[in-house]
Amino acid sequence: MNNFDYQKAATVSDVVGKSTFVAGGTNLIDLLKYNLTNAATLIDINTIGEHHDILEIEDGVRLGALATNADTAYHPIIEQRYPLLSRAILAGASAQIRNMATNGGNLLQRTRCYYFYDPHAPCNKRLPGSGCSAINGYNRNMAILGTSENCIAVFPSDMSIALSALDAIINIKSEDGERSVDFADFHRLPGDTPPIDNNLKPGEFITSIDLPLKGFAKNYSYLKLRDRASYAFALVSVATGLELDGDTIRDVRITLGGVSHKPWRVKDAEHYLIGKKADRENFSAAADIILQGAVGFAHNTFKIKLAKKAIVRNCMMALDPSTQLPGAQPSA
Amino acid sequence: MTQIGQPISRLEGKLKVTGAAKYSGEYKVPNLLYGYVVSSAITKGKIIKIHTESAEKIKGVVKIFTHLNRPGKAWFDMQYADMDAPPGASFRPLHNDEIKFNGQPIALVVAETFEAAREGASMIKVDYQETKFQTDLHSNLAAARDAKKGMATLLKPPPPKPTGDFEKAYAESDFKASGEFIHSTEHHNPMELFTTTTLYDGKGKLTIYDKTQGTINCQLYVGNVFGLHFKNVRVVSPFVGGAFGSGLRPQYQLFLSVMAALDLKRHVRVTLDRSQMFSFGHRPQTIQHTRFGATQEGKITALNHTSVAETSQFEDYTENVTNWSSMMYPADNTLFEQKLVSLDVNSPMDMRAPGGSTGLHAIEATMDEISYKLNIDPLELRLINYSTFNNAEKKPYSSKELKACYLQGAEKFGWYKRSPQPRSMSRGQKLVGYGMATGIWDAMQLPARAEAIITKDGKLHVKSAVTDIGVGTLTVMTQIAADEFGLNMEDVLFFYGDSKLPFAPIQGGSFTTATVGTAIVFASKALKKKLLKIAKTSNEAFKKAEIEEVTFKNGMMIYKDCSISFLEIINTNKDKPIRTTNFGYPHALKLRKYARAVHSASFVEVEVDQELGTIKVTRALTAVAAGRIINPKTARSQVLGGMVWSISKALMEETIMDAQLGKYINQSFAEYHIPVHADINELDVLFVQEDDKIINELGIKGVGEVGLVAMPPAIANAIYHATGKRINRFPIHFDELMES
Ligand SMILES: Cc1cc2nc3c(=O)[nH]c(=O)nc-3n(C[C@H](O)[C@H](O)[C@H](O)COP(=O)(O)OP(=O)(O)OC[C@H]3O[C@@H](n4cnc5c(N)ncnc54)[C@H](O)[C@@H]3O)c2cc1C
Ligand code: SF4
Repeated sequence: MNNFDYQKAATVSDVVGKSTFVAGGTNLIDLLKYNLTNAATLIDINTIGEHHDILEIEDGVRLGALATNADTAYHPIIEQRYPLLSRAILAGASAQIRNMATNGGNLLQRTRCYYFYDPHAPCNKRLPGSGCSAINGYNRNMAILGTSENCIAVFPSDMSIALSALDAIINIKSEDGERSVDFADFHRLPGDTPPIDNNLKPGEFITSIDLPLKGFAKNYSYLKLRDRASYAFALVSVATGLELDGDTIRDVRITLGGVSHKPWRVKDAEHYLIGKKADRENFSAAADIILQGAVGFAHNTFKIKLAKKAIVRNCMMALDPSTQLPGAQPSA
Repeated sequence: MTQIGQPISRLEGKLKVTGAAKYSGEYKVPNLLYGYVVSSAITKGKIIKIHTESAEKIKGVVKIFTHLNRPGKAWFDMQYADMDAPPGASFRPLHNDEIKFNGQPIALVVAETFEAAREGASMIKVDYQETKFQTDLHSNLAAARDAKKGMATLLKPPPPKPTGDFEKAYAESDFKASGEFIHSTEHHNPMELFTTTTLYDGKGKLTIYDKTQGTINCQLYVGNVFGLHFKNVRVVSPFVGGAFGSGLRPQYQLFLSVMAALDLKRHVRVTLDRSQMFSFGHRPQTIQHTRFGATQEGKITALNHTSVAETSQFEDYTENVTNWSSMMYPADNTLFEQKLVSLDVNSPMDMRAPGGSTGLHAIEATMDEISYKLNIDPLELRLINYSTFNNAEKKPYSSKELKACYLQGAEKFGWYKRSPQPRSMSRGQKLVGYGMATGIWDAMQLPARAEAIITKDGKLHVKSAVTDIGVGTLTVMTQIAADEFGLNMEDVLFFYGDSKLPFAPIQGGSFTTATVGTAIVFASKALKKKLLKIAKTSNEAFKKAEIEEVTFKNGMMIYKDCSISFLEIINTNKDKPIRTTNFGYPHALKLRKYARAVHSASFVEVEVDQELGTIKVTRALTAVAAGRIINPKTARSQVLGGMVWSISKALMEETIMDAQLGKYINQSFAEYHIPVHADINELDVLFVQEDDKIINELGIKGVGEVGLVAMPPAIANAIYHATGKRINRFPIHFDELMES
């Protein structure tokens, strides 16, 4: 870790066009300590006067980028109208980290690929052209969908899996003005440019995340599968929102986590389900569509089968959300 | 009221939970320098050049030590051997340009602030010449060989010699079970980082705050390596934030801190970061094989257990993996083997229940397998093969209440509700399984010294160099001393964790309570005699008293209906404290006829999701027979800790070696998984009555490790019962149990 300057920002216009922003610091400070990032100046964005709140807006709810993950998950509006988001956030990290972590930072956290965090291991994401240690290395927690020969890393956020399912919109400010990006268009696949995780440009600032009105508060579920019950990243996670008419599916969202460089949502699978009966068989067929093209590596092929079972199980859990257990564990 | 047997809370508990207890990196020292270690990025080869220029320019950097400029004398291998060194040549930090393992310390940046030292360390670039390395045990099995013998072999004898004719007996046995068992590397990872703060007191004198399990071990090491008078080296370590064996040997931050302090004639603190704690000793990866044969009635007739473990290229670390089965089950035909493979890693090191927690998994899972083949209840199978005789040593146990562990444990757990067939119990979408296993651990005792003093104000002080690695040693020793003199806890002070105090060996092997406790009893006996002798000079009533006839209570010495207070005796002694130092040792002659061990039985219930395979240890009970329990509260905590670790070992914990890079890749707590609260459900501990009049003065055996031997196999066995799948590789990952 190097010596750096530290500044407190007061307004958004203070910070746009600059770097490096620190919000909760739960990811950035680790990256600095491991010498993976060097910042000449850290600009503390927590001191900015706005974007800390959860607000009702005309066509939904606006999550301030600087609101903490904990405050968001426990906010009455989120608990009542977007319980899927609340569940997903609470399935991530630990209470201490969620108290520090912000909504903006969560979307921008970097992969947990072992090799990315080791400054001496070849890694195309950290050092383009150096190679990918994971492809032929230990890849239990790597991707099975949307991988490239350059990188098979996973985007580890839980919150983003729910935001993807909820069709959230990301509001961004830059020196040139403001823009909004659909959640589906925010994160990227590794392709030839593994260092670039998402479409936020240098110097751009996320101000907020908008949730459309539809919250799937009646039928939803988040399931997270991992090697311990809490405080571990997902091997596979699933966010499901269902809108039912009797036992017929009127609308549905399914996003997979832990399997790709971005939240993995396949609209074809959702179209397939609409108008069909909400049962195992149909969910299973939809899971096959979602997992089309999945390819495993030496230690993670199990994820393909696991993801299929997880999708079905989670959709069944969404039929009766009371079956959900703390920590997004499988129902009893 | 006697203090022994009372569930007394840790005396230092409040200091710890309020942050008042000082650990080795927390002493406020004026003008302190900070050292940060640069670790090798390669696994094997040579350092060609270390570029230190840009680091030297960082404000506050004082000096950068490498193999080229380290202060040196003629250093011999032997001088680096500590009390726990295995046969071979101990690692010598910054010795030369050779790299023997990934993460090896190759430079120390010393600066006026920690931050400057760390920044400096990050700027050092190193040119290496890499050579081919081997870090994978599985692809190097052809190089398996016997271990060299040395001092360490005394405490860890090689496996017992073959008896009978195993191959024949096995071939002819009615029922057979066999398995291959694979265990990954594990690192101790105590919560507290490894830190040494060396105070340079001038005139060649050092006071060293170190994270260690042996103050005197470190004192001797520093004295030997740096050619200092032992009396000029004081190692202090009253609070240790866990160690689990990682503090049994001096770690390299101690060497580096002392080296820099002596060279710069300043106080120096060196702290390793979490990832650097993956560069030293560890539980070795192992591959074991078992073949057990049994008769129709369930009598085990043939036992074969072999193991191959990794070691480094420079030391032969061994742990007893295959010694245990014949200590437990009296089979006539046995064949045991233990081999090592040298790899390009640092030397492994004792880690809580070394060997036992590895070997017992193979033994008890194989026993479980036999029980299913025979269709005998797993507990019944153990009872059929029960013996109070140790077949390995051909001696009876000094005591063995394992049967009580089995029966009381089974009753309390509800074992008899188990339905015998695998996959026959369920709860909603979860398969339910019950599993049990036996545990055993050596009951050892070493010699130690202790001092006992009656102070001027009539209180009792007791002293030993022993550490308290968080297990409750301070409390337990205070209880033992208090009972010797019939005192309340408040009237006794135990001084410990300081090399200037009377000799105690390293704290490990579950032998500390027996070792230091016995030394305190011996010192107390001597002190009582001295008190009587002095009392006789002033008090007529005691003139005829023999030491066996006097008792001690509440600060008084009592003989028939007369009594004299400690204060009066002190008064007779011209108001000077009365002190004795004595040696406590095992009764070798008496003990020669007996085998000694602690026993346990664990019972576990798991739930496994039918579809997804996710595993939850819903309930577990460990019943322990460990002689006299000095403090049921601290003893229970020890066993509970072992049970939590059992869940870790069976289901989570492994240091992942990438054999292509030759390094461990999950070097942080985010990726090196140990259980979190949500993984821990109902845990229960039961101590059965075990009176051992033979083993030592107090009948103590020790409970530090026995909590971690029976439960890992009990978990694996419960998973088999739940799912019908026998997974012999630890940790067991849930995806292996996923529905097909
Ligand atoms: C041990 C551990 C376990 C974890 N487990 C999980 C888990 O299971 N699931 C999960 O989802 N997460 C997990 N996390 C990750 C955690 O959720 C993220 O670290 C956190 O959400 C990041 O938020 P932050 O505010 O701390 O970001 P910071 O670390 O402060 O910033 C992260 C990045 O975002 C940038 N940034 C932050 N805010 C903005 C903004 N408004 N505009 C533009 N750029 C911005 C920063 O410049 C930086 O590059 C874990 C983290 C740790 C350390
Ligand atoms: S998977 Fe991506 S992040 Fe991991 S080593 Fe390969 S390139 Fe680096």
